[in-house]
Amino acid sequence: MTLRDKTVDETPRSLVRAVLYDATIRGWVFQGLVLLFLILFAVWVIHNTAVNLRAANIPFGFDFLNMRAGFDISQKPIDYTLDSSHAQAFKVGLLNTIIVSVLGIVFATIIGFVVGISRLSNNWLLARAATVYVETLRNVPLLLQLLFWYKAVLSVLPGPRQGYWLPLSINLSNRGLTMPRPIIGEGFEIVLWTVPVAMVLAWVMARWAKRRQIATGQSFPVFRASLGLIVGLPLAVFLVLGAPLSFEFPELKGFNFVGGMVIHPELTAMLFGISLYTATFIAETVRGGILAVSAGQSEAAFSLGLRPNQTMRLIVVPQAMRVIIPPLTSQYLNLTKNSSLALAIGYPDLVAVFAGSTLNITGHAIEVIAITMAVYLALSLITAALMNWFNARVALVER
Amino acid sequence: MSRIETDTVFVRRDFLEPEAPPASLGGFPGWARKHLFSSPLNILVTLAMALLLVWAGPPLFRWLFVDAVWTGTNRDACLPKNGEPMGACWAFVHAKLAQFTFGSYPADQRWRPSLVMIGFFLGLAWIAIPKMPRRREGTWLMLTAFPVLTFWLLYGGFGLPIVETPNWGGLLVTLVVAITGIVASLPLGILLALGRRSKLPFIKIVSVVFIEIWRGVPLITVLFMASVMLPLFLPNGVNFDKLLRALIGVALFTGAYMAETIRGGLQAIPKGQYEGAASLGLSYWQSMRLIILPQALKIVIPGIVNSFISLFKDTSLVMIIGLYDLLGSIQRNFSDASWSTPSIAPTGLIFAAAVFWVFCFSMSRYSMYMERKLNTGRKR
Repeated sequence: MTLRDKTVDETPRSLVRAVLYDATIRGWVFQGLVLLFLILFAVWVIHNTAVNLRAANIPFGFDFLNMRAGFDISQKPIDYTLDSSHAQAFKVGLLNTIIVSVLGIVFATIIGFVVGISRLSNNWLLARAATVYVETLRNVPLLLQLLFWYKAVLSVLPGPRQGYWLPLSINLSNRGLTMPRPIIGEGFEIVLWTVPVAMVLAWVMARWAKRRQIATGQSFPVFRASLGLIVGLPLAVFLVLGAPLSFEFPELKGFNFVGGMVIHPELTAMLFGISLYTATFIAETVRGGILAVSAGQSEAAFSLGLRPNQTMRLIVVPQAMRVIIPPLTSQYLNLTKNSSLALAIGYPDLVAVFAGSTLNITGHAIEVIAITMAVYLALSLITAALMNWFNARVALVER
Repeated sequence: MSRIETDTVFVRRDFLEPEAPPASLGGFPGWARKHLFSSPLNILVTLAMALLLVWAGPPLFRWLFVDAVWTGTNRDACLPKNGEPMGACWAFVHAKLAQFTFGSYPADQRWRPSLVMIGFFLGLAWIAIPKMPRRREGTWLMLTAFPVLTFWLLYGGFGLPIVETPNWGGLLVTLVVAITGIVASLPLGILLALGRRSKLPFIKIVSVVFIEIWRGVPLITVLFMASVMLPLFLPNGVNFDKLLRALIGVALFTGAYMAETIRGGLQAIPKGQYEGAASLGLSYWQSMRLIILPQALKIVIPGIVNSFISLFKDTSLVMIIGLYDLLGSIQRNFSDASWSTPSIAPTGLIFAAAVFWVFCFSMSRYSMYMERKLNTGRKR
């Protein structure tokens, strides 16, 4: 009796309970609430923005991209005049960002690997110098370093007449780095085209060498042969075509240089600052990667009879690279994002040209910032996707 | 027979004193031989480094200390006289030190930011040194009461004269931005990290999108967004402070990075801990609060400190949207006519670099120390 009473009594309550305490239902309700909140927030923001834009009399839209820009840009890798459109200014800015990022990545990688290996060197002086370099530059903001190179080093350099001559007729003065300009002659494109051809040939050769080694046990100096192929083939073609490349040397005329190629002080400061700063992080990555390969690996390689350089090339480096490459990529991404600090020293990168000048002239804040962010975001996402693909390929395959 | 033998045969009962190693292997020569001159390449490297040191060291030392100007009240002190080389202009830093620290905060009210800074460093020492008593309470105090007190002291009201934020500047702004970023980004980062690992699909998507967007763009565009777009998003007439807008931008940006750091810690907790918590009947939030997060956060302390280091360096970017932090106020003083000489730019920037370096380097040492401390179990 009591038993039945209890069940009768409990049924409605337990139903409510079941609904209230069901994890799935609670999850959906919670998610629904979050969604509702987000939608309300978005509507509120969009409404406010529409009202504000109407009040400021700025129509929303991307038509402004076709309007005349009317401002000058100091470094123009493509045609650009005062009469060009904002879209053209955007392209110039994007190209400048790419120029500084690519050059920065190249220099930072070279310096970073050298310093990272130096920190592990047996040579006390070298290891200490590398440590001091890394610990000093890593702990000072990049913006400060850029300002330092620009304001405290490059702008107090003497004029072109008293500038410093570096090797290869390069002159460092307050006009920046002046260097010989390559003049491309007839048929030089053919030389450039032989590079990818040589790379493909080297790849085919490496495959053949590997197959032969598996079949017969005979090894083949793949590295030296590919290097010879990639350097030698274009060089041979270059010489056969009669060296279709000459240089125009800068000459002092009056107070400035005539001819040659100038890297503006802004770009020079950017390259110094961003490469030296990023190199410290790359150095730490490289050092960590090499230390991550346990000593047992090299010992095992020695006991198999491999020579030290073979051990390094076949055992240590491939395993270290697996550790190094993912953080290295994120350092490259950081460098690209950090190149936006160019704004502070007047290098015309994407942010300075587009989110700076174009935004100030047209007032289309939302569109301009959104496009700028989208560019960087796309770059990051593409890199991340490539990285995941790469990681999946090189990851240790366990069972 | 055998007796005689034991008497006549010499048996040494103690060890010989070991001989000193050959002179060429011991002491400094041996050390130098091993670490500086072990191979032709090594000798070359050593010589090159020594040359570099001799070439760059003395001039740098002279510029920083010997030829430097230590006292003076205006630019005349730092002007090159009769062709002599001129060093750093420390007189400039000395004269402007108050401005570099507080900006244009009213002189008679500067005890307030000073008090806040002292309180901050004492509080930090309390919660950062492992031997201190009651660190948990200290942490809560620093995360709750301290910010409120700081706001009251810095901004004013309730009996103190109000100092508007455009008057704040220098190191004060740097610290305010950094600390607000840190305090605000921690809870945001925890929520986002939990969201990213949530089993609820929508929550997960929202967290992933949020994190990846902020991590994919440079901070400078975030600050631009905060300074030019945020006013458009708010109802007409609502207009808040430039500093606050920058703080919102910095907090959102750092929160995304923090989330990824904390997610690393969450992933490192063995599954058994989650299951153990669930089998004890703890709810999701209970198990997170009592079991998972205390362990996860402890693992990622070094990572969190590293995020703080990059946040601290990134605060210098607020200069670009027109706030005068340490770097900004130094940079602004370069155009001061009564001090303008060629040497103030390098001097000011080196001073700023030294201040940033001291903060970041000590944080990175602390992070390494914590890493070693937390790693004791796994040491081989």
